[in-house]
Amino acid sequence: MLIKTKNKNDIQSSEITDPEIYKQRREFIKQSGQFALAAAGTLAAPELLAGTLPPIAPRAKIEGVIKGPYSTDQKPNKYKDITNYCNFYEFGTGKRDPAANAHTLKTSPWQVAIEGEVEKPGVYNLEDILKPHTFEERIYRFRCVEAWSMVVPWVGFPLADLIKRFKPTSKAKYVEFTTLFDPENMPGQRRRILSWPYKEGLRMDEAMNPLTMMVVGLYGEVLPNQNGAPLRLIVPWKYGFKSIKSIAKIRFTETQPATAWNTSAPREYGFYSNVNPEVSHPRWSQAKERVLGSGFFAKKVETKIYNGYAEQVAGLYTGMDLRKFY
Amino acid sequence: MTGEQVMSWVIKPTVFLACLLPLGLFSFNVISENLSADPIKDATLFTGDWTLRFLLITLLITPLRKLTGWSRLLRLRRMLGLYAFFYACLHFLVWFWLDRELQLGEVIEDILKRPYITVGFSAFVMLIPLAITSNKFSIRRLKQRWQTLHKLVYIIAALGILHFLWLVKVDVLEPVIYGLILILLLGIRAWWDRQSRAS
Repeated sequence: MLIKTKNKNDIQSSEITDPEIYKQRREFIKQSGQFALAAAGTLAAPELLAGTLPPIAPRAKIEGVIKGPYSTDQKPNKYKDITNYCNFYEFGTGKRDPAANAHTLKTSPWQVAIEGEVEKPGVYNLEDILKPHTFEERIYRFRCVEAWSMVVPWVGFPLADLIKRFKPTSKAKYVEFTTLFDPENMPGQRRRILSWPYKEGLRMDEAMNPLTMMVVGLYGEVLPNQNGAPLRLIVPWKYGFKSIKSIAKIRFTETQPATAWNTSAPREYGFYSNVNPEVSHPRWSQAKERVLGSGFFAKKVETKIYNGYAEQVAGLYTGMDLRKFY
Repeated sequence: MTGEQVMSWVIKPTVFLACLLPLGLFSFNVISENLSADPIKDATLFTGDWTLRFLLITLLITPLRKLTGWSRLLRLRRMLGLYAFFYACLHFLVWFWLDRELQLGEVIEDILKRPYITVGFSAFVMLIPLAITSNKFSIRRLKQRWQTLHKLVYIIAALGILHFLWLVKVDVLEPVIYGLILILLLGIRAWWDRQSRAS
């Protein structure tokens, strides 16, 4: 592991975390105690309680997180909103379903298969995948294809650093990511609403872009299951569904991989799916987005090309017809 | 109490209040901050769901009366239909006011360009004459035409469900369930119709 000395200017995670979060943590400890009592005493309907309690999962702090680059100075959304408003169809199609159901996902032990056009293929334990990397916090905008957005303090490391370690061959033009396939613990996979397991992909230069992250945490803590534990992708200039959760396989390919939403509805979800206010989804406009977390009268804001990350990524698409390669 | 009195003084008021329960529960969730990070979407889904449910419940009354032989059930139909209209109005308001932020231009563009909104809006507009003519005066005035006019509700329900089907991303289970219930409710009418004509 790289030993990085703490810079005086590095922001402590306590400076970023909303004071409300600290309050919530205390509340959580209190409530989880009460919950344990209730659970021990009776078999009270857990789904009834799930609506009012924060996710019943150990919230462990990640040590040694440094401040990473590219963070927005926008205010992050509340932990509660980020963890209770998720699209993770493996645990149900409702926004709250993942928070209620994802506790069945077994994130430890976890293995990641590295396959395809790569010099060091193999099945690696998650610990070995993560060991050499220094975790950094980056506060990114997150824009969903459904025209809402959040601001999220992720913890992780550049995907490029991981890719370099496994040495892709010159034939590797794309990277394909696959989520775990486990219908027993991922109840949503029992109905074929998407072609399971969920797959996503990036062009090699997109994967190597310094903005692209492998994420293991949120708000300085271990990533909750419903947000894609133990390892997920974050590509902040693309619609959220590109940022695949709970990655079990990374494959390097010569041809463009088939991805879940693109396979399901190719006219609506392209392989690139870069955030672009000019190119509408066939059923709704992408010109504006609702910034979540400000209640009933949240004003919509204009969506920016590449979700505001044009400076870093516009060069990847020079000369491409963005209406054709949506 | 006579059967008529039970209907007027017990059943009708009870059903009236029960129909407000969904709104009450939603309001409670608003006050207790038990909505999601996107309360506007919650409100849209909630009002849309209940519009469709009330349309189907309204359409259930006639077959239910026929099956049970309890003719007073018909006295509930107007109220249930008006509740469908009430929730449809809320649905439209949430969309126009909170979601589209009263941007008339955007709303018109949506209605013209997006098929799921075109059908949903059409269904809402068609509900208006039904709500306006849901009184004894109109029934007397319009005579036979009233019956014909109010058959529009079959089309309204179908369009409402189509609106739902066309807006979901991939999981069509819920709209399909609504659709099957509507087919059942209309199918039973068609079947009875044929039988009565045959005899």
